[in-house]
Amino acid sequence: MPSDPPTFEDVMPEPAGSPVPAVTPERVLAGLALLVPIVAMLWVSSYDKSDPAVAGMPFFYWYQLLWVPVSAVFTVAAYLLITRDEKARKAARKGGAR
Amino acid sequence: MKDVNVPALVVFVLFFALVTVMGFLASRWRRADDAAHLDEWGLGGRSFGTWVTWFLLGGDLYTAYTFVAVPAAVYATGAAGFFAVPYTIIAYPLVFLFLPRLWSVSRVHGYVTPADFVRGRYGSRPLSLVVALTGILATMPYIALQLVGIQAVLDVLGVGGGENANWFVKDLPLFIAFGVLAAYTYSSGLRAPALIAFVKDALVYIVIIVAVIYIPIRLGGYGHIFDSAAQHFKEAEAGSLTIPENKQWTYATLAIGSAMALFMYPHSVTGVLASKSRKTVRRNMAIMPAYSLMLGLLALLGFMALAAGVGKGVKGYNSQLSVPQLFADMFPDWFTGVAFAAIGIGALVPAAIMSIAAANLFTRNVYKDWLKPAATPADETRVAKLVSLLVKVGALVFVLGMDKQAAINLQLLGGLWILQTFVAIVGGLFTRWFHHWALFAGWAAGMVYGTWEAYGISSKATKHFGGNAAEIPGIGEIGYIGVTAFALNLIVAVALTLVLRAVKAPVLPDETRPSDYSAEAGDEELENAPEPVAAH
Repeated sequence: MPSDPPTFEDVMPEPAGSPVPAVTPERVLAGLALLVPIVAMLWVSSYDKSDPAVAGMPFFYWYQLLWVPVSAVFTVAAYLLITRDEKARKAARKGGAR
Repeated sequence: MKDVNVPALVVFVLFFALVTVMGFLASRWRRADDAAHLDEWGLGGRSFGTWVTWFLLGGDLYTAYTFVAVPAAVYATGAAGFFAVPYTIIAYPLVFLFLPRLWSVSRVHGYVTPADFVRGRYGSRPLSLVVALTGILATMPYIALQLVGIQAVLDVLGVGGGENANWFVKDLPLFIAFGVLAAYTYSSGLRAPALIAFVKDALVYIVIIVAVIYIPIRLGGYGHIFDSAAQHFKEAEAGSLTIPENKQWTYATLAIGSAMALFMYPHSVTGVLASKSRKTVRRNMAIMPAYSLMLGLLALLGFMALAAGVGKGVKGYNSQLSVPQLFADMFPDWFTGVAFAAIGIGALVPAAIMSIAAANLFTRNVYKDWLKPAATPADETRVAKLVSLLVKVGALVFVLGMDKQAAINLQLLGGLWILQTFVAIVGGLFTRWFHHWALFAGWAAGMVYGTWEAYGISSKATKHFGGNAAEIPGIGEIGYIGVTAFALNLIVAVALTLVLRAVKAPVLPDETRPSDYSAEAGDEELENAPEPVAAH
């Protein structure tokens, strides 16, 4: 349909006939889990200080290093949530086709 | 000139010989039925599972230049150089949102490059062309900088030649390294760096773990290291252990801008598209932070170099040499060789993937789209192999013929440029709302504004392109130019799309369907797709 201007429906499109809504609790939670590390790291003034130091390492450094594994935990959580969501979608699609 | 460090050199050469053999043998690894297809040479057959992809992406993104430049920045400026850590923390949650969609749509339609996707989505060849050219432009200086990483190691080893050495003798080791690299990339394609990445990443982990335990013990603990670094910054009246308040915006915008740019780079996309499933991509976003932790520890080596007195009292000391020199001073000779092999091989893996990615872009989006539309997959593979050679020769000429500073300037600009493809690519993954000419105009506005702003920044080392931060209009804080240019790019794209839609400007066909963006390996969408279709 070259002449049809595309519409906003293209945003987060759903496969036709899917009974699962675009916004599910899993998707929202996964989005939040991904957002947390981003916000924490962009909020520079929250960690731009030397004290308390741990084993001689100023706060600024150990705090950011600590966020590396913490961010991975959040991403794993998002992965599990999204995997669950996609399974539900797939099952619903199959069920719908029958 | 110093004496040659023979034990270190022997270990270095042994590792180098090992990966060379692996590079050539890689062509037999998971050998394909249809070796003439560009998917095979350029994407390793799109077959890599979670672990291979993890090693490949780690080897691809964490380059030798990173190993040298990140601690060098910490060595020179302190906390400001640590932005690489929040950058890599932000990157994976961010790309988790859109890379699976890029993988799916590329798999359904056989896209090899991000520019392939842009053409398929918007139907616009000019827009696809500028995305491809931006990618090539941003990648070239990056390849050149990998050579700078090898050069730093060779210099400290004592085989880089003195100031008075004949240029040919001086650069002979570099010629050999790159000649060998070019040969096995040509014959094995993406399989070569994928296999070598195992060795590279293993070496890097060993070296970093040893370094962050062994060196602080020798230097009297982390407390002493940070104290002497603080003392140094005070005396030098440059750098600090925390970020000055007026630089916090710069720190944050550099982190987010670099994170957004990371997976716009063609070599990153190549690594992602080579994986065998959507799940593989997502899993990797969760396990890639292991490399970020290593990078953070590596950054601390900059402080250790300060505490160890590397370059102390030397006027205009090249901070790029600080970490290789630290290794040479602290480690026994044989382990210095291991550490240098890690950096040297760390240059080869990304250089190979970057040249493959640039070659894919040229072949698909310039050669096939504009010069020879009838090209068969075999033609594409032949052209891509030749271009990968040309790209490497170009990078070599770049480094030898031009000022090293020019390569560093261009790499900084490259990050800014590649970020300007974000709206078209990531926007396109979620919506077809944008008009292709609006995206084109937004891209142009971002490129011109960013380049112009960067041109106006001078530093001690260089008259133009001396930095990457400037005042953000309307906010008044100092921020990364790339992010400001991106904001301008987005505003132009949105405003013009509204105008073009209001006047009902013609829209080109979109060959993708909504379900393409969530397709997984083994799905009907994939099984029914006429793929792998490198040829449209």
